[in-house]
Amino acid sequence: MSSWKTAILLFAVLTAVVGVVYPVAFTLVVGVAFPFQAHGSLVMDAEGRVVGSALIGQNVTAPGYFQGRPSATPYTAYNASHSGASNLGPTNPVLLEEVAGRLAALRDAGVTGQVPSDLVQASGSGLDPHISLEAALVQVPAVAKARGLPEEAVAALVRAEAIDPLVPFAGPHVNVLSLNRALDDLAAGQSP
Amino acid sequence: MTIPDPTSDAIALGIFLALLTGTALLLSRYVSGVFAGELSHGPPGRIEEWLFRLVRTDPLREEGWRGYARNMLVFNVVGFLFLFSLLLLQGFLPLNPQGYGAFAPHVALNTAVSFVTNTNWQVYAGETTASYLAQMAGLTVQNFLSAGTGICIALAVMRGITRRTTPLIGNFWVDITRCTLYILLPIAFVASLLLVSQGVVQNFDPYVHADGYGGPQTIAMGPVATQETIKNLGTNGGGFFSANAAHPYENPTALTNLLEIFLILLIPATLPFVFGRMAGTMRQGWAIYAAMLVIFVGALGALYAVELAGNPLVTDLGVAGVSMEGKEVRFGLGGTALFTTATTATSCGAVNAMFDSLTPLGGMVPLLLMLLGEVVFGGVGSGFYTFVGFMVLSVFVAGLMIGRTPEFLGKKIDVPEMRMAVVTVLAPGVLVVVLSAVSLLVPGALSAMLNPGPHGLSELVYAFASMSNNNGSAFGGLDGSSPYYAVAGSLAMAVGRFVPAVAMLALAGSMAQKKRVPPGPGTLPTSSATFVLWTVLVILIVGVLTFFPLFATGPIAEHLIMIEGGTT
Repeated sequence: MSSWKTAILLFAVLTAVVGVVYPVAFTLVVGVAFPFQAHGSLVMDAEGRVVGSALIGQNVTAPGYFQGRPSATPYTAYNASHSGASNLGPTNPVLLEEVAGRLAALRDAGVTGQVPSDLVQASGSGLDPHISLEAALVQVPAVAKARGLPEEAVAALVRAEAIDPLVPFAGPHVNVLSLNRALDDLAAGQSP
Repeated sequence: MTIPDPTSDAIALGIFLALLTGTALLLSRYVSGVFAGELSHGPPGRIEEWLFRLVRTDPLREEGWRGYARNMLVFNVVGFLFLFSLLLLQGFLPLNPQGYGAFAPHVALNTAVSFVTNTNWQVYAGETTASYLAQMAGLTVQNFLSAGTGICIALAVMRGITRRTTPLIGNFWVDITRCTLYILLPIAFVASLLLVSQGVVQNFDPYVHADGYGGPQTIAMGPVATQETIKNLGTNGGGFFSANAAHPYENPTALTNLLEIFLILLIPATLPFVFGRMAGTMRQGWAIYAAMLVIFVGALGALYAVELAGNPLVTDLGVAGVSMEGKEVRFGLGGTALFTTATTATSCGAVNAMFDSLTPLGGMVPLLLMLLGEVVFGGVGSGFYTFVGFMVLSVFVAGLMIGRTPEFLGKKIDVPEMRMAVVTVLAPGVLVVVLSAVSLLVPGALSAMLNPGPHGLSELVYAFASMSNNNGSAFGGLDGSSPYYAVAGSLAMAVGRFVPAVAMLALAGSMAQKKRVPPGPGTLPTSSATFVLWTVLVILIVGVLTFFPLFATGPIAEHLIMIEGGTT
């Protein structure tokens, strides 16, 4: 019996420490030390409305904007309240049909040449905020044409937005939300 | 899709492993000090003293293996009952801004068993099911305590092997308290700060509504960082969000990815050195570490190579680069392969990519690592004590082959020790084979598979391999939320956790009572390179021979279909 009493008491103490005091105190600390990150790295527009999170991708489909990766989140693409992937196996015909369909859509939008795999295959989270630098560059002609902007200017913007993380393994990539905001700024600067 | 550069990735891996080894060596000194009671002097000592009085235990009173095992089991039953109740009652409790109701009873059962056994198999999606209170006071707590339980058992096993002529192997209450407060909590706190600085969220905000380039979006929030860190450090693996460490709020950058992999491997890499210190022979610690490292690097290299080769069915459509289905851009192939290997070499099971969408042989690597018994570093504690089971087996088989008395560190291996070692080594494998076979016959169980053909079999075997070995990663296409899978899985997780744990405590208790025989000319040295290689081979033979038919009919068959250009 003494085992049970000790177990219950010790469990209660340790739960209070690591399950209540620690997370609550930590939340208070980072709320002061890193308020922007702790609350989701949210991006606001000029009026203070939340346009999204710098870390969460968006389902961009409008012409004249850079698209992110395909998303297989439940119910709707880029469902940021229910993350998830397609889980399709490598030899599943459904996967190949989906990739072929996305390729065809990109071709219709004016993308030419070899298409980088991240642009036609869905991410693990369904919320990937990034595309590879190559995946941004292949979209440049189509985006520039839809915007009436010179291709060189848009390509330069993409390169300026590229993140080269200086950490092993990861290659240069681009945050799609940040790139599209920069694109809007560029277009606004060039309009009369 | 930037083409990965194997050479620079290999150099980066070398630096990573050197850092890990160095840190593990340093940490091993601290860890052995903590368990020897060195912190009981000074301020922590006074808190400790007060705490032990409060919970009515005498810190100097140690137990034999039966008492130690009983206290460990009782503590885990209390933890299970609390978590199970919390998941059912969360709807009535605070810190639930989304207003989630109770878990379905079979899901609550599965989840509670899963987190108590350090498995963290998840048949629920965190952000659509669990309240902040359930995540923090329920799941996070078990991430600490199940990890602590594993470390305590490993320590008790180390004491059993290194002590002489005593039945006592420690005081569980003291061990779990010191492990949680002095080892896990401080590391978790510092690592959580680093994660938040990079973008991991930590708040109690309701979900945020945004309106951006993709239309309206509701963004899930929560106290993520405090759970994320211990989920990795404790090799638990249960994600706050459904997408686990692929989710940008759990793992936002290439840097956090490396940090999380480091946390996953840290304690499992430390324990062999702790053992070396306790046994008074660091060479033995290095021998165990080397055996683990050999298999780890081999598995990682294989995974990297097959993923680099990619999926020809997709590239033939006019697509460039490695297969990115289920992978995130920011980690790169190296960061994805290293995470995948680390999480299944240990019993972590956190994922930063979806294994169901790996190439067939790529998916076989994590499956194989789990089926080897998770001894390549292994789970915090469980990896070490299972490895000891394999060493005892290796000593015995080698002894038979060369006609020497089987001894391990001067202790004779007799029938009782062999019995316990064999139970430890074989229990998870038997569970995998039996439960996979049963599931192929249970009406309706096959409809849970998402993918057709051999891949469906891989999904099923992966599920029971993951649960029986307390890993928790999944081929996520399999829908494990039906009552059948939830209950069968709970059984697999509980048996897979506690049968080897108790068997190894029994082995420790029996070893502790033995005299130590000084090494003579008939002694087989267990820290030589030959013995390291031998142990690696025993591990591979047991794992590969037991499961070869499953590999052949699942991933290998699918690979052959794929390279011939076929689909399933």
